[in-house]
Amino acid sequence: MEHFDMALVDWSRAQFALTAMYHWIFVPLTLGLSFIVAIMMTIYVRTGNELWKKITKFWMTLFGVNFAIGVATGIILEFEFGTNWSNYSWFVGDIFGAPLAIEGIMAFFLESTFIAILFFGWGRVSKKFHLISAWLVAIGSNLSALWILVANAWMQNPVGMRFNPDTARNEMVNFWEVLFSPTAINKFLHTISSGYVLSAIFVVGVSAWFLLKHRNVDFAKKSMIVAAVFGLLSSFYLVLTGDESARDIYHTQPMKFAAFEGLDDGNVSAPLVVIGFLKEVPDPRQPDVDRFAFKIEIPNLLSYMVALNSNVFVPGINDLINGNEKHGIMSYYEKIDKGKLAIKALGDYKDALERKDQVAAAENLKVFEANYAYFGYGYYDDPNDLVPSVPMAFYSFHIMVILGVHFMILFIVLLVLLYKKKIEEIRWVLYIALWTIPLAYIASQAGWVLAEMGRQPWVVQDLMPTLSAVSNIDKSSVVVTFWIFAVTFTVLLIAEIKIMVSQIVSGSKNEGGH
Amino acid sequence: MFENLSYLALQQYWWMIVSLLGAILVFMFFVQGGQTMIKSLGKTDNEIKMLVNSLGRKWDLTFTTLVTFGGAAFASFPLFYSTSFGGAYWVWMLILFAFIIQAVSYEYRTKADNFLGAKTYETFLFINGLLGTILVGTAVATFFTGSDFLVTNMNHSIWQNPYRGLELAFNFTRYETFINLSLGLAVFFLARVLGILYFFNNIEDETILARARKQLLFNALPFLVFFLFFLINVLLMDGFGYDADGVVSMVPYKYFNNLIEMPLNTVILLLGVMAVLWGIYRGAFHYEKCGTKAIWFTGGGTILTVFALLILVGFNNTCFYPSTSDLQSSLTIQNASSSKYTLVAMSYVSLLVPFVIAYIWYAWSSLNKKPITSQEMEDDHHAY
Ligand code: HEM
Repeated sequence: MEHFDMALVDWSRAQFALTAMYHWIFVPLTLGLSFIVAIMMTIYVRTGNELWKKITKFWMTLFGVNFAIGVATGIILEFEFGTNWSNYSWFVGDIFGAPLAIEGIMAFFLESTFIAILFFGWGRVSKKFHLISAWLVAIGSNLSALWILVANAWMQNPVGMRFNPDTARNEMVNFWEVLFSPTAINKFLHTISSGYVLSAIFVVGVSAWFLLKHRNVDFAKKSMIVAAVFGLLSSFYLVLTGDESARDIYHTQPMKFAAFEGLDDGNVSAPLVVIGFLKEVPDPRQPDVDRFAFKIEIPNLLSYMVALNSNVFVPGINDLINGNEKHGIMSYYEKIDKGKLAIKALGDYKDALERKDQVAAAENLKVFEANYAYFGYGYYDDPNDLVPSVPMAFYSFHIMVILGVHFMILFIVLLVLLYKKKIEEIRWVLYIALWTIPLAYIASQAGWVLAEMGRQPWVVQDLMPTLSAVSNIDKSSVVVTFWIFAVTFTVLLIAEIKIMVSQIVSGSKNEGGH
Repeated sequence: MFENLSYLALQQYWWMIVSLLGAILVFMFFVQGGQTMIKSLGKTDNEIKMLVNSLGRKWDLTFTTLVTFGGAAFASFPLFYSTSFGGAYWVWMLILFAFIIQAVSYEYRTKADNFLGAKTYETFLFINGLLGTILVGTAVATFFTGSDFLVTNMNHSIWQNPYRGLELAFNFTRYETFINLSLGLAVFFLARVLGILYFFNNIEDETILARARKQLLFNALPFLVFFLFFLINVLLMDGFGYDADGVVSMVPYKYFNNLIEMPLNTVILLLGVMAVLWGIYRGAFHYEKCGTKAIWFTGGGTILTVFALLILVGFNNTCFYPSTSDLQSSLTIQNASSSKYTLVAMSYVSLLVPFVIAYIWYAWSSLNKKPITSQEMEDDHHAY
């Protein structure tokens, strides 16, 4: 068995998580605000009303401040695949690289070219071309998200490839399967709509602050209408796609599913825990341990949600570890054995080739191919190492879902109040709208924590464990770069927030213009 | 269409694309070069503002080219990506760092409450211009001079030097270090030359332009010296070649032989170098007549030159990322590439490139009809 430097693995993960989470502070706002700005500009071009021009410019400035730092944090992520996860880069490069290159050619240039027109085009290009540019920026930024999400989806559910033992990597055999895998589609739709909702909350919240301060009332109400309608429509979509994602995970990553539902023992007619608090239990693998200190559950709903049939069996963590013959589930013990066979056969195959022993090579290849689906399991001895953190998955999922419902209700209430022209009177709703801004960020981060932590210990589901994906570097280098990034990003984030706040305050004082 | 090409032809096609992106990137480094001269060309706030704004409308494009270059390298030659990035860790991290601080600087420099102050952001731009160009140039030179790494039979790469790539720029006991650095410095001074020529084209302000003209030869000369030092050394040294079975060996005058064996590429290289020099000459001595056009000669020449140099090290059975620790671990466009299927799929996407170039061109020319003037800086509300 290879030796792994777990401290290196942990620091590399910490660094990636740090950069990804920082990046994800800025990206969702770019995804949604680009559309909101485009909609506002469209209204301006159609009506010719100067107030809409001011509104457009105001939100555009905030968009620009946010965009710059998104770019800064994004470049690291791309290169970190190589610098910190070089073994992984090779293992998946043949699949992962193509979406990334396409993203560069198709989306990044679209975004960066037309962003310049968007910002500097006032008075320099025709109104029509300016407007088209605004929409192209929105499309470009959302397309940028498509490819990287396809890549991420592939790590959750690897399809469309074949492992080539000679090059020791996965090679793509069907591009369309990679692109149109249900995991990829759900992930893309769910992620971009989460960006729309977050941006809508941002605009609604800032507008609510204007109203609370009695500044630029008309300006704020108009912004709020656009954002609340956009946000409400996106929320429906968000819930639908989230639900679809969960169903997909039930099939492709049953362990993640069991973890975020907090399900130790599987069930026919499984109940759905709506709200729950976990408690410390000495060994959750013992039969009939209840890890909930408190829970509200709805009987049968989980089974019903995964298959529209309340008699369906939903496997729990214990079923996956120990197997369940009745329901045709192979145990992790067996998978580990098969994984070890695959790893050994691959090594023996390589040795046989070097000895030019074709017969032995062919035999080993057969064994390898028969067991490749479990390759990654072979790195482990104890199935308990294959269980992700249940509290992490459970809480991140539930926080996200509960907040999702809250956002939807908020949009509805705001629209009703706007319609009834009572929005300025009911101040506590405005306060809630303002304080929902950080909640949108929390929900959004929770989504990624769920997707990525819930997948552990895998970097590529079933095939490559995170620990074998790292570059062969010394830990101290990674520790140093971790801190460099932590400090730099934090400083830049502070600068960003200060600039944003100051732009908002000055915008509120002089009717959005500045 | 692409399915019918041989695997080798596809690998060559993708090496050409990566080379072209690298070449465009070096041309776009005029932004970086310009950034290192903001303080020497601009003395008043308004002058500095004009310079920053002139560059500020292009930085994102350079940045995007860098990202796409990285993406294309990952996609088409993943073993290079994993070996070089995971190996020369510190070099790439420093390059990345130089680019992170650039991205925010334009947008934040003049905004109220920007936490660090305009001076800090200007320093960030300077650091980006300095480190970005020198380190990228130095890293590319190692394509010729080699690095310390091993590749196992599972294609895992292991860097052999504890300095993680820094040795390539700082180990002065090795002659190759000077070759590496000379390319780094050549790229740095070239970027400054390009920056000056870009300002000729993009700014209308007598004081700034007079200062820029004075600087042109001071930067062109060191560029030439470093570039020639690099080129002559490369042409005279033994290179890393491989035979039909993929066995790597040292071949005397490998790169010089490549010049002879690939005459078309040699013509491109010569044309490129001549165009670079011609642009500098016209800009320096015939400024009144064609100062604004000089960037097109020197810029176009830069693209041709860098492209030809990368072809020189990638084609004709040459290892484009050689290992000095273990010759057989050296990377070639054949052993480091993606599978045939992936290359074919990506090749279809590459058909979009001309379309992308066309819309970038259209967008920029519609925005750039007028050069930047000091009047505009006062009127424009989104000025940096
Ligand atoms: C309200 C019902 C929601 C449901 C049922 C739901 C469901 C899910 C599921 C199952 C995942 C995991 C996907 C994976 O592991 O691959 C996920 C991920 C995610 N969610 Fe949600 N979610 C909901 C609301 C929200 C909200 C309100 C936000 C943020 C505003 C959000 C943002 C995210 C993000 C950013 C991810 C990570 C990307 C991804 O894997 O798709 N979700 N969601």
